[in-house]
Parts: sequence; structure tokens; C-alpha cells
Amino acid sequence: MTVSLTVNGARHSSPAAPDTPLLYVLRNDLGINSAKYGCGVAQCGACTVLLDGQPVRSCNFPASGAEQRSITTLEGLGNTQKLHALQKAFIDEQAVQCGYCIPGMIMSAKALLDKTRNPSETQIKEALAANLCRCGTHNRIVRAVQRAAKEMA
Amino acid sequence: MSTSTSIKTQNGLSRRTFLQSSSLTVAFSLVPVLPGMAQAPARPVLPGALNNNRMLDGWLRINPNGTVTMCTGKVEIGQGILTALSQIVADELDVGVQRLVVISGHTGVTPNEGMTAGSLSIQDSGTALRFACAEARSLLLEAAALQLQTQAYSLTVRDGNIFTADGIQRTSYWSLTNTPSLQREASAKVAPKPSSQHKLIGSSLPRRDIPGKVTGAEAYVQDMRLPDMLYGRVVRPPAPRAKLISVDLAAVRAMSGVQTVVRDGHFLGVAAVREEQAIAAARALAANARWQEPGDLPPSGPALFAHMKQQDTADSVVSNKIDAAAAARGVKQVQAEYTKPYQSHGSIGPSCAVAQWSDGKLVVWSHTQGVYPLRGDLAKGFRMPLENVTVIHKEGSGCYGHNGADDVAMDAALVARAAGGKPVKLQWSREDEFGWEPLGSPMSIKLNASLDAQGKVVDWSHELWSYAHSTRPYDPDGVNLLGAWHIENPLPAGPSRNIPQPSGGSDRNALPLYVFPQQKVTNHLLKYMPIRTSALRTLGAYANVFAIESFMDELAATAGIDPLTFRLNHMVDPRAREVMERTAAIAKWKPGVAKPPAQLTGVLKGRGMGFAKYKNLAIYTAVVADVEVDTRSGVVRVTHAWSANDAGLVINPDGLVNQIEGGIIQSASWTLMESMRHSTQRNLVRNWADYPIMRFSDVPAVHVELINRPDERPLGAGEGSQGPAVAAIANAFANATGRRLRNLPFSVEHVKQVLS
Repeated sequence: MTVSLTVNGARHSSPAAPDTPLLYVLRNDLGINSAKYGCGVAQCGACTVLLDGQPVRSCNFPASGAEQRSITTLEGLGNTQKLHALQKAFIDEQAVQCGYCIPGMIMSAKALLDKTRNPSETQIKEALAANLCRCGTHNRIVRAVQRAAKEMA
Repeated sequence: MSTSTSIKTQNGLSRRTFLQSSSLTVAFSLVPVLPGMAQAPARPVLPGALNNNRMLDGWLRINPNGTVTMCTGKVEIGQGILTALSQIVADELDVGVQRLVVISGHTGVTPNEGMTAGSLSIQDSGTALRFACAEARSLLLEAAALQLQTQAYSLTVRDGNIFTADGIQRTSYWSLTNTPSLQREASAKVAPKPSSQHKLIGSSLPRRDIPGKVTGAEAYVQDMRLPDMLYGRVVRPPAPRAKLISVDLAAVRAMSGVQTVVRDGHFLGVAAVREEQAIAAARALAANARWQEPGDLPPSGPALFAHMKQQDTADSVVSNKIDAAAAARGVKQVQAEYTKPYQSHGSIGPSCAVAQWSDGKLVVWSHTQGVYPLRGDLAKGFRMPLENVTVIHKEGSGCYGHNGADDVAMDAALVARAAGGKPVKLQWSREDEFGWEPLGSPMSIKLNASLDAQGKVVDWSHELWSYAHSTRPYDPDGVNLLGAWHIENPLPAGPSRNIPQPSGGSDRNALPLYVFPQQKVTNHLLKYMPIRTSALRTLGAYANVFAIESFMDELAATAGIDPLTFRLNHMVDPRAREVMERTAAIAKWKPGVAKPPAQLTGVLKGRGMGFAKYKNLAIYTAVVADVEVDTRSGVVRVTHAWSANDAGLVINPDGLVNQIEGGIIQSASWTLMESMRHSTQRNLVRNWADYPIMRFSDVPAVHVELINRPDERPLGAGEGSQGPAVAAIANAFANATGRRLRNLPFSVEHVKQVLS
């Protein structure tokens, strides 16, 4: 049994059983660091990735359900040499304390900005409502998303 | 800007002469100072953590390749400490931060600085590095002067390059022909630079770890991958002190990918080739394990606090000021009692460790707050020599105190011991973390005060009941790791202890900073701990400041005096007065005495203030909060918070602001939402649905100001705002409604009850 996935534009196959949560295939077979285990029951958002542009919780999403679809993780947005506007904005706003929740935050924000170019503060907070942050960095995260929206406009 | 240095020793000899003529004791640089040795008269007290880690090369190495290695025993837990320390080193040594190689928290390599806790890293490690760098710089310049046949004071340094008075670069730290050895004991006799010469200290240098964290770099122990690494999971009992009666190991061993199933007493763990296989195996193991549960947990809800007062306690009078004449002037007596429940650290990433055994030696990668204390308990737990255990820090999710970080390290090592030398990465499940991390202790605080005719407090009493707030690893009389309690030949936990004043544990910030002529503070530490508790950010300070600062507002109302004025009437410390006055100014505080609303209907708005000097010896923080109380639903929202802070010399202003902002939001979450729940059988919190925390929609706007005092020493700041924030919210609620919330959290049920 294998699972075939398209992640950040590249094709991969994994020996995982089809019902394996996508999170473990991404992290352990494909070497993706960004998506994190937080709760395993889609309550915290640390594992958020995009599936055809829509945010999904990879911790309880079966890998087989992502076949034939396009998966984007934080690594697919940019790297330290070529940062995506969101990544740059999170650095510019220093919108991180421990950072464990941040990949999920950025992916949820990416999905928002892809459909709403100039979101209001309320729209940003709604888009991130299911992503938990424990350090209390929320206001910086909102400012980072606003800054990225401006730069992308 | 570059600087020149002139060095004189006390007896007038030049440093060079002094160093050449003295016989230097060369010791292995990481030998810690034993308690007895520290008191030896021949060894002067050195600043900060230098006192217990006295060799310069334990902190700093000048590398031939143009880099400088900075070693610290403090670790990154999301607070930005490694960036702040790198600013200190770069400034004191006159090198660019890009030249710094940072090594942090590695037993046998970095200094032993105990725990990264208590907002002490700048004070401990930062101070040590300042003095170590100042001394290393002077040694390097002395060597350069000798090489260049000139005087050290005429030399200047820019980015490690050394210039003579004519402005020509002659050499550098890494190209000296006579590089001085830093393998020598620090003297701390070279003063660090005055603030006027700081370039990076005091600037908001961006955090060095953020670019990696926003691009998917391997940033956390959870991201580690070693060759042949297995994935581990643990299966914990259903309740503390539950005993394993039976379990079918064979059925689980036969499962796909399972490499090992460990039973050691009441400890159960698995390792598998794939993570999802380990999870499936752990579930199967949990499903077929039979346990005997003692059902011995204390009552929950309000009954808990009555129960706590009936338990065996160790009692201490922490402060006892007597002034009978003043107390006799009292004309009004006020009393109130405040409580705080069990609360969780609630780290977003459950605890994780990687462990590997080879030839009877153990290496563990861990997000512990203290690599040396963890090493000590692992050695005790596995009954092996200390030198056979290495602990290497690797970041985890924010911990906010003693969460499962240390415990999971022993779990990983227990499973890895049965994995034939393969490394095992073991991460707790969300349920493991909520179920087994030590919790923040519940507290009950009874306050009494007496006011004189002028509205001044003449007598004050603070009596508190609490379980222990610090049961971290390396207790001298026990092993504070879960695994060690569950194995077949268990080792007992250390006894309940209190961190003594002046920092205090449960009595942290129980001594009012206000000046009261007569006062008594009594701490009742419960000796037996049915539900494990340990350090949650601020320890007892959050509840003590909640109680004291709520009570100050109650007294101000009784006296008919504006709350800010009432505080200032009892405060002598000018820095405390300034943060209160500054916070009031930025919040546009309108002095006055609130009148309760005519009717408790609709949405009521209110404003309150809270203040503390953390531990009575660190950062000064005041907070003003605005709240809205929906009288129909019982929902309290914090809409705005303002905070002025004085942390002395500020190393990285934005990093400090980030900590204060985060602390206010975290405190608002604790205050409005958070309470662990249990029955007499079991903990009832398994996931975030059972333990909601603050979300984006509820987060207040926060405005933070810093009062920088470059000529004062830096004060610990990472835990400054939690206490003042809870008090500001409580006082704002009372201001809005005329009713007082004295029991945390301010849940909908509690609010409705108080408003009815």
C-alpha cells in the first residue's frame, strides 16, 4: 500500500496506510517540519496545511483523502532566501514567541489572503479563530497579516 | 563607534604585570562550585552566574575562524533570551552578532545555571556574560598592546578588529600572535561598558530564531530525525497512584511496525517504525490494560478550598511587623477571601524528547528548562553515574513553567533502553499532557486590614494555603520524574517544599510592597500533594497579586478614595509610583470613586488597575484594563489593557514588550476561562474542548510602555504582567458592576451568581 501526494508542487509517495493522518506522512516521510502535532483532534490548528488552497487540519485528515489534490505547507510559501510576504511580515512584526503555532497561523492566513485581499481586523480574527496561541502573541499575528495584505496588494 | 580601554588594578600594577606575575590555577572550566567551596574565604563572590561557573572559557571562546562561541546555561523557551544574550556579548566584546555561535543548555559543555526560570536569565547569565566579555576584551587588548608595542588604552575595537590610535587596523581578536588563554578564573574586576557606550544593548534587534521558525526549519525537538529513529508513545494510568493489574503485551507486540513494548511496574510504553503505528499500539495497550484506581483525589469546586484548610501544613510567618500604636488607630476592619483553582500550562505542543542509549550511556535531547537538573534526576532514575548521562537542550513549544518536558525525557529513555541502541522520539499526546503535567497549584488567600480615620491602612494580614509551587527535577531527597514513580522499583518524589523568600514560592509577592505599619503574612504549605503541582509562570504571585490588589481596591472603596490615589498613599518606592502614574496617564485614568450602576442590566463597562514589583525584586509593572460585562450572558470581555513597565536597563525593548503583552493576554485567559476539573477518581480534562483558552476574538488591544533606566541593573521581566493583569480585570469588573469577583476564574456561572 502506498499513498501518492503532491506537496508544494512535487510528487511523493509514502508507504503509509491510506487512513494514516496526513500529518505523519508529511512530517515523517516527506521531512516537512512546519505542520505540528498539537492535539490530534483538530482543535488547535498547529497542523494546518492547505489542500487545494483550503486550510485543513492534517492531524485527523486521512492521507488518502489528499491524493489527486494539491497540498501546500509553510515550506511551499518561501524560504529564508526568498520569503513569502506573510513570512516576511511575521519577521518584521516579530510576531512569534515560541513559534510552535505559527506555521498553522501563517497557513490559515494564506488561505484568507488568497480570497480576501484586504481583510478587516475582524475578518483576520475570524479566519484565525480555530488556531490556538498560548504565548499571547495574537495582536502581533494580526498586525503581521495586515502588513502582508498591504504588501501583497 | 569604538571604545578604548584603560585598565588598572587596585594595587596600581598594570593588568599585564599582574597576570604575568600571578600563578593561575587552571582547572577544567566546567567544574561547578560546590556549596562548601562557594563559602571558602579565598574565593570572592562574582557577579551573576559567574559565581558558580568561574572560568572565562566556560562562557566564551575566540575561534580562529573569526567567530566567537558564546555558551550559556539558559535556554530558549520562546522568550528571546538567546537574542538578548547575543546583544550583550556583541556589545561588550565589540563584535558583530553575526560572528556569534551560540551554545545553550548542553551538559558538560555549557555552564550549569540550573533552571531557566523565574525571570532570572538576564540577571544570571546576562550579568555573567557582561563581566566575562569585559574581562576577555581587556585580556585580548592587553595581548594586542604587547604585540603592537603600544598601550592597551590607545587601542580601539570594531567588530573584533583592533585599531591603533592612528585609525589603522593592526590585528584582530583572531589573528593575535599571542592569543591569551581564557582558561582562567574570572576576576570580574573589569567593569562592563557604561550605558553610553551601548550600541546593541537597548535596541530591538530582531530575534535570531524567527526566520527559521517561519520557514519550516528544524526548530524543535519535535522536528528531530536521527538515523534509524523509532517513534515512541507512553500509556499512562487513568489516575495518579493507579496500579496496573494486567495488560496483554503480546497482542501489541504483534502489531504492525511495533519494535518494542515496555512494561516496567506501572510504566507502559511502545516504540514503532512509524509514528502512526506507535499511536495505534499505544491505543491498543491502553485498551487492554486493567488498572486499580484509588479514587483519592480531593474535592473540586469551592469544597476544595475548605478541604485544603483541613490538611497537614507546614506553617511559616513570612513577615511580621508590629506597631501596636498604629494598629490601635484602626477604625474600620475589612476582610475578604480569594481563591484560584488548579490551572494548566497548556503548551500548544505536547512534551517530547529523543533518547538514545549506547554502551550503557544515555543521551537525551529535551526542551527541559534545566539540562543539569534533568541529567541529575535521569541518573538517579536509572541508577547510573551522572557522567553517563548527557542532556542537550532542543527547543519545544512554550512551556510557561514546569510542564511535561522533563517527564517525557525519562519516558523516552525508558522506551529507548529496550530499542537495541536505536534512538526513540517520544511525544506525549494532548491527553497525556493535560493528564500528567504538573499543574499550577490552587490557592486560598484570606486578607484582613484595618483602616484609620484618614483612610490609611494601619494593620494588614495575609494568610494563604497552597500546595507546592516547585517540584522540579534534582530535589536532594527524591526524584521528580513521573517515570521514576511508575517503574517496578520506584523512587519517591521529593517532599513538598517552598522556595524561600525573598523570591518565595506560594508566598511569592505575598509581602505587600505598600508600606503598612503593622503586617503579618502567613504561609500554610500543604505537605501532601494528591494532584501533582509545580511551577506555573509566576508561581504564587498571580494569585497573591490578584488578592492584594483586589483588596486594595476594596479598601479604597471603603475609604472613599480613588484607587490610584489610595495606592500612592501607601507607596514609597519612586519607581513603583512612576509605573502606576505612567500607566494611568497612558490609559487616561480619571480619578474618582465609582458609584455602582443603578441597575445590573445590559452591557456594563468598567476600568481597573493592578500593580506589582515581580517577586518584590524584579520588574515593576502596572496594568489598567477596561472590561465589558454582559449582564445577561455573564460574559466578561477585556477590551483594552495599558501597561507601563520599569525593568531597569532594557536589553531588547521589543522582546520585553512582547513578553509583557503576551503575559497580559495569557493572564486574561487564566482569569476569565481557566480551571482544571477533576472528580475524586480522575482528572476530567482531556483536550482543548475541556479546557478552553483565549482565542483571537477575545483578545484585548494591549498598549505597553517601557521606562528605560540604562544606568540601573536589568531586572527580570518575563513574568511581570500576569499578576497586575488579573487584578486590573477583577477591579474593572467591580468598577463596572459594584460587585466583587473573588474566586477565579471569572466564568459565566460565577459572574451570573455574583450579579444575581
